[in-house]
This record gives sequence, C-alpha cells and structure tokens, in this order.
Amino acid sequence: MTDTAFVEFDRVQKSYDGETLVVKDLNLTMPKGEFLTMLGPSGSGKTTCLMMLAGFETATHGEIRLDGQEINNIPPHKRGIGMVFQNYALFPHMTVNENLAFPLEVRGIDKSTRESKVARALDMVQMGAFGNRRPAQLSGGQQQRIALARALVFEPELVLMDEPLGALDKQLREQMQFEITRLAHDLGITTVYVTHDQTEALTMSDRVAVFNDGRIQQLAPPDLLYEEPENSFVAQFIGENNTLEGTIKSISGGIAEVALDDGRIIDAKPINVDKPGDRTRVSIRPERVEMDVSRLPKGAHTLDAEVKEFIYMGDIFRTRLSVAGNDDFIVKTRNAQGQTRMQPGQTIKIGWLAQDCRALDAG
Amino acid sequence: MKLKTALLTTVFVTAAASVATAQEITVMSWGGAYTKSQVEAYHKPFTAQMGIAVNSVDSDNPATPIKAQVEAGNVTVDVADVEFSDAVRLCDEGLLEEIDLSILPAAPDGTSAEDDFIEGALQDCAVANIVWSTVYAYNTENNDGTPTTIGDFFDTAKFPGKRGLRKSAKATLEMALMADGVPAGEVYDLMETEEGIDRAFAKLDTIKGDIVWWEAGAQPPQLLADGEVVMSTAYNGRIFNAAVAEGQPLEVVWDGQILDFDLWVIPKGAPNKEEALKFIAFSTDTQRLADQASWISYGPARKSSGALVGLFNDGKTEMAPHMPTAAANLENALVNNFEFWVDNDAELNERFNAWLSQ
Amino acid sequence: MADMTADLSQAGQEKLTTADGKPLKAALASAQARSKRRAFFLVAPLLVFVLMTFVVPIGQMLHQSVYNPDFVYKTDVTTKETTPIMVNLRAWFDENPRSTEPDEAAYAALVADLVVLREVKAAGIAGTRINYERSGSRSLFTKSARKAGKLEAPFKEALLDVEDEWADPTVWAAMRDASSAYTLNFYLAAIDKTRGIDGSVENVDEKRALYVKLFIRTLVLSVLITFLTFVLGYPIAHMLATLPLRYSNLLMILVLLPFWTSLLVRTTSWMVLLQSQGVVNDALVGTGLLADENRIQMMYNQIGTIVAMTHILLPFMVLPLYSVMRPINPSYVRAARSLGATSWTAFRRIYFPQTIPGIGAGALLVFILAVGYYITPALVGGADGQLISNLIAFHMTKSLNWSLAAALAGLLLAGILILYWLYDLLIGIDNLKLG
Repeated sequence: MTDTAFVEFDRVQKSYDGETLVVKDLNLTMPKGEFLTMLGPSGSGKTTCLMMLAGFETATHGEIRLDGQEINNIPPHKRGIGMVFQNYALFPHMTVNENLAFPLEVRGIDKSTRESKVARALDMVQMGAFGNRRPAQLSGGQQQRIALARALVFEPELVLMDEPLGALDKQLREQMQFEITRLAHDLGITTVYVTHDQTEALTMSDRVAVFNDGRIQQLAPPDLLYEEPENSFVAQFIGENNTLEGTIKSISGGIAEVALDDGRIIDAKPINVDKPGDRTRVSIRPERVEMDVSRLPKGAHTLDAEVKEFIYMGDIFRTRLSVAGNDDFIVKTRNAQGQTRMQPGQTIKIGWLAQDCRALDAG
Repeated sequence: MKLKTALLTTVFVTAAASVATAQEITVMSWGGAYTKSQVEAYHKPFTAQMGIAVNSVDSDNPATPIKAQVEAGNVTVDVADVEFSDAVRLCDEGLLEEIDLSILPAAPDGTSAEDDFIEGALQDCAVANIVWSTVYAYNTENNDGTPTTIGDFFDTAKFPGKRGLRKSAKATLEMALMADGVPAGEVYDLMETEEGIDRAFAKLDTIKGDIVWWEAGAQPPQLLADGEVVMSTAYNGRIFNAAVAEGQPLEVVWDGQILDFDLWVIPKGAPNKEEALKFIAFSTDTQRLADQASWISYGPARKSSGALVGLFNDGKTEMAPHMPTAAANLENALVNNFEFWVDNDAELNERFNAWLSQ
Repeated sequence: MADMTADLSQAGQEKLTTADGKPLKAALASAQARSKRRAFFLVAPLLVFVLMTFVVPIGQMLHQSVYNPDFVYKTDVTTKETTPIMVNLRAWFDENPRSTEPDEAAYAALVADLVVLREVKAAGIAGTRINYERSGSRSLFTKSARKAGKLEAPFKEALLDVEDEWADPTVWAAMRDASSAYTLNFYLAAIDKTRGIDGSVENVDEKRALYVKLFIRTLVLSVLITFLTFVLGYPIAHMLATLPLRYSNLLMILVLLPFWTSLLVRTTSWMVLLQSQGVVNDALVGTGLLADENRIQMMYNQIGTIVAMTHILLPFMVLPLYSVMRPINPSYVRAARSLGATSWTAFRRIYFPQTIPGIGAGALLVFILAVGYYITPALVGGADGQLISNLIAFHMTKSLNWSLAAALAGLLLAGILILYWLYDLLIGIDNLKLG
C-alpha cells in the first residue's frame, strides 16, 4: 500500500472449521519500527492473527505481506520473525546459553560469533550471570527476560509477543512493560504485541488495534483510543465508562440531542449515529462528569442524580450515583482542596460538556 | 431379626455341610475326543452307580502338573491319565500313591485281573486303561498318491508339503529310525548308541524345514483339516474321531506305529484317595474298557474286553480294524520301551531342544 | 512484670525443654516416632505381601539353582521327613581326593548305599540327580538298587557284573559332584558347560549346546521387538498426544483394546492371520500377488514370534511415550520453528530429547517383558522362535529339572539387573517416566 508499510494484512480471513470465521476481513498496515498491540477479549481473533503472521496458521483468504513480500506460503523458520510465547517456551533440556545459541546455530553461525552474540543478548536483559542455568532454575521474571533475549538474539526485524507478561505478578509486569518498550525502541524493532490487558496496551504501544468478533474495532494511538472511542465496544473495553441508553432527537452543529429512556434530554457528540430516531448509547468517562453544574456553560443540560455510595480512594474520590435508571453511574473527582464529599442518599445535579459525551451505536 | 439371622445361619451351615460331604473327584486327562470317550464310558456310569461326581480337567500332558502339585503340597488332581514312561518315572520319584492291585475286579469268566491285563499294564503306581499308538495320518485331498510306509512320511520329494510332528523326542526319534529302514525290533538297541541317535537326528534333518510342531493331541487333526500340513503324526484315536465322527478326509498309516499305554495314576497326597481308587477299579473293569472303545479307537488294556468291542457309537463302524492292536496294523509296529525313555527322556529331550534351535 | 521478664530470659537460655520440662529433642523424637510407626503400619501389609510373593519366591528360586539335595537326602513328600542317603559313599568321597581310583571300599560303600536307596525308594530320585550330570545314569541306579540286596563281596566285581557302566569314571565324577547339595553345576549347564572327570570346566558337546544360543537369540529378538515397538509406537503416541482429547481417548481405546483381550485370544488370532492357509496368505494368493505354492511361512518361526510379540507389547511402549508427550507444550516446537529451525531440526533437537524419559521407560518395560515372554513364542514360535523362557518352562514342567530351570531364570534375572544398572548409569532411573 504505502512505501513505509512493513507488515500488511490485506483482506485476511481465517476459518478453522469451514463454518465460522475467526478473523473477518482484516486489513492492517504497520510501518517499520512501530510497536503495535493487538488488544481484545479472548476469542476475538487477535492471537490467530499473530499465529498467521508467525506462520503457524495459514490464512484462509487474503494476503499477508512482510516488507512487501507475500509470506502466506513461507514456512515459519524462513520468515525470520522473533517470537516470545506466553509460557516462554524455553527449551527445558538446554541451558540458557544453549537456548540463546539455538537460533544462531540453526543459521549456521560460527561458535565464537555465537558466543559473543549470546553474551550481548544476555547483558541486554541483565541476565549475564545466568548463562549456565537451566530454565527450571530461574524465576518467572528471569525466564521472561531469557525468552525476550532469545527472540532478539538473531536480530529479527519483526518481533511477535503473545501475552508475554501474563504469568508475572503486577510489580514485575510493570517493570517488564517498561523494559520491553525501551528495548524495542532502542533496537528499532517492529513489534506486534498481543494482550488482553488494556493498561499494558495503553502504556506500551504506539498504536493499539482493538479486536472483537474477528474484526479490528478501532486502530489508534492510546490517547485517541481512550478519549475518542469510535464505537461502544471500544468505549466499554478501554478504561472505565458510564453509559446511558436513549434515542437521537436531533443532530445539528456537531451536537446531538439525545432523549434518554426516562424522557430527559442530554447533549452529546454524535460519533457513529446518523439520524434522529436512531437508538444510541451515550458514553462518558467518570472523570469528565461535573458535579458542580455551575461550572458548565450556560444552557447545558443537567440531570438529577442520587448518591448511592461514596468511596474514599486517597488521590481520588469515587462516587456511585443513580442516574436515569443506571445505578452504576460512577464519578471520579480529584481529592483537591475543598472538594465536596457526597453523602449517600443525597440528591445532586450533574452535567458534562457535550464534546465529552459521545453518542455511539447501541452495541 | 434374630430369628432371620439364625435361619440364614442354619441354611448356610447346612449348605456348607452338604458341600463337604458331597463326593467328587478330579480326573485329569488329555482333552478332546479322548476325554470325551472317558467321560461317556467311565465318568457318567461311575457317577450314576457310585454317587460320586467326576470333575474332568484337561492338560496337554497330565504328567506335567503332578510334580509341581505334589511338591507344593497342593494336590488338586485325584486321578491322572499319563503315559507309560511318565508313570514309572513319577512312581520312582515317590510322587505317586501305590495302588493295591487286589482292588481290581476279575474278568467276567473269573480270570484274575493280574492275568487279564496285557503284560506291563499293571505297575506299582499305575493301572493301564488303553493301548494307543502314535501313527501318522494324511489328508487324502492334499496328497497325490497314497502314502503307505513310514518312509513316505519323510519323503518330501514324493509327497511335498508340511509335516506335523509332536514337539518331543519320544516317538519322533523312533519313527525317524524306522523310516530310515531300521526294523522295529532293532530300534531301541540302536537308540542306546550315540550313532543311533545321530542317525535319527540326521533323518529328521532331511525334513526339518517342513515341520510344524504340535503339542496338544487335538492339534494334528486340526492342522491336517486346515491344510496347514499334508501329513502329521498323531494319536490314532484322534484321527479316527476326526475321520469317522466328523467326516474329515483323513487316513491313518499304520506302518511304523508306536504302541504305548495310558495309565491311571494317583498323585501322592490326592485329596480323595479312596474315591480315586474306587474310580480306577470301576473304570478298568472289562465292560468299561470295552465301552470306551466304542467312543474312540484305542484298545482296551484287558484281554477280556476285546471280545466285547463292537461298533462305534454311530452304530455302523466296526471298531476292530481301527484298533492299534488289530493284527493287520501290527505288521511293522513298535512297542514303546518305557525303561529306555525313563532313563533317557531328559537327555534326549535336551538334545532334541538343542537340535530344534539349530 | 519483673517475674515475666525473668521467665522469658530463662526460656531464652534453656531452649531444650518443652513446657512440662521434657527435653525438646526427646519430645520431638517421640512425637516423630509415633507418626513413623503409624506410617510403617500403613505400608506393612504391602511389605509383607511383597516379601511373601516376590522376595521369598525369588530367594527360593536362587537357592534352588545352587542347591539340589537329591543325592544327599530323601524327603518324603507327604510327611516331609528327610532320610540321609548315600552316606557311605559320601564318606568315602570325603576321605579320598578326586584323583583316587574307586577301590573295593568305594564299591562296598556304593552297594551299601544302593541297598538303602531301595529301602527308602530313592533310587529314582538319586539316579535322576546323577542323570542331570551324566545322561543314561538313571537306569544304572534303579536297576542296580533292585539287585543290590543280593550282592556279596567282593563288591566291585559283583556290581560290575550287574552293570559294567559302574567302571566308567564319569559316573564317579558325577556322583562326587552330586554328593554335595550345594553346586554350581546347574549354572554351568545353563551356559552350556559341564565338568570333566577331573572336575575342570569344559564345553558340552556341540550337539547339546543350547542355552547360550537361546540367551543370545532371546536378547537379539527382544532388542528387535523393543525397536519395532518404538518405531511403530512413537508416531502413534505422538498422534494421540497432539489430537484433541475427544479423539485421542477414542484412539487410546484402540491401543488399549489388546490389553483387555485375553493373551491367548490375541495370539491365536495371529495364528489365524499368519498361517500358511491363513488370511494374509489367502489374500496374497487371491489377489495374484503370490503363487499358491509359494505361500509365505510366517507362523511357527521367528517371524511369527516377532510379529505377535510386537503387537502384544506395543501398548507398553505407547503408554509411557504418550504420558511423556501429552504435557509437552506445542509452543516448544513453535518456538524452535520461529527461531529458524526446520521441522526436522525442531523435532530432533527440541521435541525428541524431551521424550527420552518415555522412550527409556517404554523400552525398558518392553525389553524386560519380551525377555521373559513365554506363551506367545510357545504357540507361534515353532522351533526357531523359541526363547529362553520356553526352555525354563520346559524344565519346570516337562523334564522336571527345577534346579536347571532356576539357574536359567537366575541368569535371566542377573541379565535384567545388569541392564537396569546400565540404564541407571546412562540415562538415570529418575528419568524413567511411566506416566
């Protein structure tokens, strides 16, 4: 497609049983050096896409190109793609050194070069002292580093990672997220990263492809994805989100008037709704709800809400409200000087800026 | 509840008591048509007249389990039907009960049992019931021409095809020598010598590649009927039954037959020795032995039974010409020399095994 | 408050007592002793069972292989009373070295012993014992014992009149060997050796040499069968391990089906298939691939033994392999492939090494079972498909030479133990995985 395209999926479809499509019409273009995350719930097709790219699954239809060359029929070992597996897949009968030397050995690289490359790769992940251990003698985090080093040691231009941090505890995971992104950027590697953890996706990636039902729902940088979800699935899947159901009353000047199911009217920004009469689900982030309606511009619609619960979380307050039939409407407020602490049972007025409230498909 | 328990207990105790007093003996024989003939001629009338049930069990060779049972002190067999040399050997080793020959009934004409039985049929620990022979038989449909001599059995040029032979040195070596032209009367003298044994094995070597070895007496008729072999050595009665009773196209060649006794013995420490003795006395009387010959073509061990042998149980086949002891069948016949085999069985079978594996 | 601190400091100094003043170590030991005793009682039934059904019988067998008292005393089978026999002759052997020519005193002792043999009815047994060492000796004893009572001095002449074989020095050498109940002669016989007149070990006549050849054949066939089960079983196990459980369970039943069928039924079905008028030959002849007169002999020879035993032992290879392969994550091979290995290299370097514990277990299992296999070779082996176990059975049930059977079995056991030791040395028993 474009000159800069390094990885391309072109109208790719995949079916295992000939009856249902696991991947439906996938189109994706990645420039060189990008860190792209495939994010989605399990069964959404993201791992299948990764496996097709790696060569372990064949596309039922469509083309997959790497650096301009079609690779559908190239066996995995000739693709030169580094891969990190969910369970690390370190060869249990080999030492760390042997594991790292393996990809070099099968490429016929001589022994001394091999040794220096292995040493360099181990240093890169700060595991230089562990070369003679067996995988079983390492902790999960150490195994993860070795797996990463092994995927990088033969200097592939593309590295695939299949939920590589899934088995680690939270602290270690955050540290590894940082290290992986650092390495990827330092080495200028193109990376396709698969995860179902949105925080991971948001913090690590240049761009995130949100998968659901065999399709990419949205492909965008993390900030856009969070702030401007293009459909209600993405809005729901990424971050915390409040929704209200209703019908479009009118659209004019980039503002839609939405009649909620209990009859009240709110303003929202129309995203993927066409015309009055359409069902819609409006979506608003908890931190964009204003509980001090005096700060809203004149004429903005407000709603009555009843406080159900107030949770003190240190840096923020979390207030659960009942709004227009939704008992789970969350508002987050900063624990700033003078911020009111709501009491359960209290009735308040809330509102928001029309551009923070997105009228999306009804899901 | 208590009454019920008491009642149940009574029932069980009575049942147990009746089991304990119920008389039953276990008789071990060779299986197939032979065991059937014994069941019909001996076991059934014995149970009917004496009220003692007979449990019939089979073995490829009933002599083989006796030592193990006696030495282990766990004898389950009361009466076994064994070959001559085994009877003598087991008796010598103290593994059999001695049998008081006075329990055997006299012949109907008053001749004492000792005179009535064929010579050698009565031993310290054994009473013969039949005279049988090892013969060879052929399938008439699978052979061109008619084999008539023991030599023909070893002549694969004239009669091509597989041969069945019993996997044992006994009878096999004798037949090999007779086929090699040794007259029946000289066979055992020759076998006492190393050269004689070498000669027998040399003769066997000529057909070694064509031999299918059998072990159970029921196998040869089967091998012949299946066409697995064209000729096979066999116990003559088995061939008779397959041919006459089952209509198989099998024919016996009597030339070079080897006669032997089958004898009743009682393993040392048999659980029902008294009943076993009763069974032996009953089954070897003149009439029973004659009756058995109407079920299978083995000769009775009593002279007085000969006259009573008539027709096969099909009601039309005359048994006499099918008996190994019929005059026409004895022209070139060998009587098994039990003493030779008692002494040399181990040695020759060892050599036989060595030869087999070469 | 002050009291309490004092108490605490005291406890800190004397850590070795419990609250009621018992030494801590003793308390610990008694507490553990109780649980140890309880654990022992739990395993005791199995221990007794193994002892009674395994250790003791094997010990008895090994004892029997070096011990045969048939020329030393006679045991009545019912009363279990023992009577010493050959007392005089054994005394003469003790007094005179091996090279001594038997003199009149020796013959006199022999005749006196023969008379006893006749009385206690032990001539057959004693003769059989000598027969093991020197064939044809049995009748020498039974005949001479019958007449011994009537013999008069000079005994040498009188006895030689009865049987001139008594002059044969091999008889005397055999009697000397047998006069000790403990002997290694059965082990010699089990490796085709015998003792000469002077007591030296020599090879048996070539025509009688049997056991060494059979041991070798047993070994070679067992190795071959083990290899065949490996070649056939490895792909099956791999397929079972990689298929979804739903299908693999179904196929596993097919693998296990032979397990649930009687061994005899399986063996005889092979006979039906392989005999020269059998299904396979009929099919070949029927399709014209084979002329009727050229039917292949696949039964009653080594081919029959190999085919039937390979089939029967296959599950013993497949099961350990399967149990090792099932947990091997497919991502190992994928990782190897993504790292640049061809599928063959990935198999050879990554998959195969991880299955070695299963191969070891399967091979050891199949080999040990094959070495001791008995019924199948007996039924389908014919003459050249017989294994050493068939000869052991022969001596157990037919020739009744239990000492030789025990010696053969002892050698077989030793061979398997050596193999086990080698396996431990090369692969390590802890790497054995049966599933």
